[in-house]
Amino acid sequence: MTAGTSIYAKNLTKKFGNFTAVNTISFEVKKGEIFGFLGANGAGKTTAMRMLTGLLKPTSGEATVCGYNVFTHGEQIKKHIGYMSQRFSLYEDLTVAENIEFYGGIYGLRRNDIKQRSHELYDRIDLGHARNSLISAIPLGWRQKLAFMVSILHQPEIVFLDEPTGGVDPITRRQFWDLIYETANKGITVFVTTHYMDEAEYCGRVSIMTNGIIAAMGHPQELKQQYGVATMNEVFIKIARQ
Amino acid sequence: MKRFFGFIQKEFRHLFRDYRSLLILLGMPFVQILIFGFAITTEVRNIHVAFVDNSRDVESIRITNKILSSGYFISSGTINDVNSIEAIFRQGKVKLVVVFGNDFAKQLQAGDAIDIQLIADASDANTANLIVNYTQSIVQDYINAPQQSPQLVPEVKMLYNPNLKSVYMFVPGIICLLLMLISAIMTSISITREKEMGTMEVLLASPLKSSQIIIGKVIPYVLVSFTIGVIILAIGYTVFGMPFNSNVVLLLFEFVLFITLALALGILISTVTNSQQVALMVSMFALLLPVILLSGFIFPIENMPAFLQYLSLIMPPRWFIIIIKNIMLKGVSLEYVWKETLILAGMAVFLLTVSTKKLKTRLE
Amino acid sequence: MITITNISKSYGKVQALKNVGFEVSRGELFGLIGPDGAGKTSLMRILATLILPDSGSASIAGRDVVKDYRYIRNNIGYMPGRFSLYQDLSMEENLQFFATIFGTTIKENYELIKPIYSQIEPFKKRKAGALSGGMKQKLALSCALIHRPEALILDEPTTGVDAVSRTEFWEMLKELKRYDITIIVSTPYMDEAGLCDRVALIQSGNILQVDTPQNIVNSYKGKLYAIKAQDIYQLNNLLRQHTNIESCFTFGEFLHIVFKNDSSEQQAIVLDYLENQGMKNIVVQPINPNIEDCFIQLLQ
Repeated sequence: MTAGTSIYAKNLTKKFGNFTAVNTISFEVKKGEIFGFLGANGAGKTTAMRMLTGLLKPTSGEATVCGYNVFTHGEQIKKHIGYMSQRFSLYEDLTVAENIEFYGGIYGLRRNDIKQRSHELYDRIDLGHARNSLISAIPLGWRQKLAFMVSILHQPEIVFLDEPTGGVDPITRRQFWDLIYETANKGITVFVTTHYMDEAEYCGRVSIMTNGIIAAMGHPQELKQQYGVATMNEVFIKIARQ
Repeated sequence: MKRFFGFIQKEFRHLFRDYRSLLILLGMPFVQILIFGFAITTEVRNIHVAFVDNSRDVESIRITNKILSSGYFISSGTINDVNSIEAIFRQGKVKLVVVFGNDFAKQLQAGDAIDIQLIADASDANTANLIVNYTQSIVQDYINAPQQSPQLVPEVKMLYNPNLKSVYMFVPGIICLLLMLISAIMTSISITREKEMGTMEVLLASPLKSSQIIIGKVIPYVLVSFTIGVIILAIGYTVFGMPFNSNVVLLLFEFVLFITLALALGILISTVTNSQQVALMVSMFALLLPVILLSGFIFPIENMPAFLQYLSLIMPPRWFIIIIKNIMLKGVSLEYVWKETLILAGMAVFLLTVSTKKLKTRLE
Repeated sequence: MITITNISKSYGKVQALKNVGFEVSRGELFGLIGPDGAGKTSLMRILATLILPDSGSASIAGRDVVKDYRYIRNNIGYMPGRFSLYQDLSMEENLQFFATIFGTTIKENYELIKPIYSQIEPFKKRKAGALSGGMKQKLALSCALIHRPEALILDEPTTGVDAVSRTEFWEMLKELKRYDITIIVSTPYMDEAGLCDRVALIQSGNILQVDTPQNIVNSYKGKLYAIKAQDIYQLNNLLRQHTNIESCFTFGEFLHIVFKNDSSEQQAIVLDYLENQGMKNIVVQPINPNIEDCFIQLLQ
């Protein structure tokens, strides 16, 4: 493990009874990297991510996230990471401003900081006009972008994105990935779990999980060459059918 | 028809597969009856009473003994000072103080107005009322008793419920409560569950008619409710020894009528709600509370303000409780409850019409 | 087989469908492609007779979806967007239930569902709630097919399903063409367009284009290039600000760009500029647009 490492996992394992959900996975993610964590439904992605976010204690192995041990410092980890998922992120019955205030509050930001950062946020994604609209009233694409911006409001070291852009229109999706690139460029590590292979193509490096193990890892381009196919989708299918 | 039976088969599968809920449903009568039968009691018993006896003569002591031997009271001894009554009430144990004036025996023999005072702790007004009434009638009894005037002996006979046992009052109440609960809440929940799971969409897009869907959903709960009604009756008869002088066929017919009405309410609720949670909340507030509060089950309707008395007129449980009390306790036949039955039937028809009118063949 | 004419539908202030119209021929595998909130589900539900259009009309096999809804309900198979089978019933019980309510039996139409159902049949006693995503999907499709419908209406069947199951699902749909069943399927994934005979692209309640995937790609205006460099983030910033760039969008590790002035001299000027700005290992190559490129162009 070197100084620029943001996530480090070695032989990380989680068993539920007799079932091994995650089986001795090892990988490292560098600071500012966009790391894609792929796998089929039930491959163990969610379990692995829960361990890394301090929500679930591993059975064995070792892992550090932002320099904190996942076995002993789960609470510290939570303070230094951001999290966003497509399914749930923002409260639909609260306004944009109220959501920002709420999330700023739970991460212990001061009132002035929240105020200043929400102005930056409004400017960046051009949402100032809708600050008093309910989340349920703004279009899906805005919601996704807002949810992402809110998840990095407290300037975490790592942001975990759980299937962030399924179903959004192609232009919004690009704007979304522009935000992600910008974030990574600022030195925030981006950890994306998804089973949509086109999202994988955007990542700097990806790992593909099947049945609890990491079956392949590398730059999307390398993997495509290695398996002799044109898209990540085909890589994925080849691996899954092995 | 085959399609419809296929649908009902599916409903029974849901019902039996979720055996935990089914057990809860079938176990509910036992729990409810135990709670109402043994814990919540509207009778007074073992009331602590204290005496302030300024006469200490034969009569006052006789009355004291009479009160204590009635079985309702436990003596907390005598107090010497009238001023300490309040202190005793504050301790909370003593609920009633009986104060005899001076020269009690003399007054009594002279036939004058007697000086006896009953002071009750009315922080629980209902209980206080009951205690005072009990005590009054005991004293009255004594004064009219043979040694004073042998000529007239009024004999009070409480009809139908000779021991004033509250079990006879709450068994009909529980039948009403559970039939309402299970029929309305369970059907509304089982229909909204299909909406929530998205399966309603598939059913609507299939050849099944929406009326078939609803009737199919309702039938299993008719049977469950009916079974529960019978279980409660059985407990009432065996455990609490209720008199079995009822016309069983008529009773079961009234059950079916009330269940139908409750199911119609359940369907109505399910047409205006889209989630199980909302359906449950609506059922609780719209059905459960009125059953408990406005049906005469717990609080006597005659004691309510006029506005609530009128409101109780449109509460189906009110009429149902009257009907089953009459049938179960008095053993009357239809000619004595036809009015109430007709009211219930009218309500059932009305609700069924409204709820089938509101059924949709589409999602909106 | 399916005709949709000038359909509009609003929910309060939100207009979900605006004068939508197209036709689907018998036996065709037709894709309705657009992002979430584009109006796909509304249109599918109108076809499945579940909601009424505000204006316009639609018919399936010559029967109106509003007036003849009874006929249509008997003769189409519908799979809603969410998994909508009974989780507490076994796989077999689910299938049997749908067979019964459509007045048929599993045995009668077993041949039709066999290629799909036989894959999951070993687990037929398992409860539907305990199935994996791919198996649920196969079961749902079997249930929608059990009465041998003339048309299948599949609303986002591949959403939330992993890549392997998605591929298998599309293979099953291809198989069904043999039985002359018309299929209309909606999806938010542009990459699935290529698997359809014809597609309609939909956004904000408007149909942008209806054609074969190949024709849509051919109709792309301008010449598309893929470009990448070591620092893709900076490359993106530089190109977006450049005056000779018509459009620039990220596509995985590449950026897809269209030049305003597409002469080789002008291209060279752009590349020189990028190099001067410190971009290393620049790779540019002309590429064929895909459906997503077309969709983006239509949205602009």
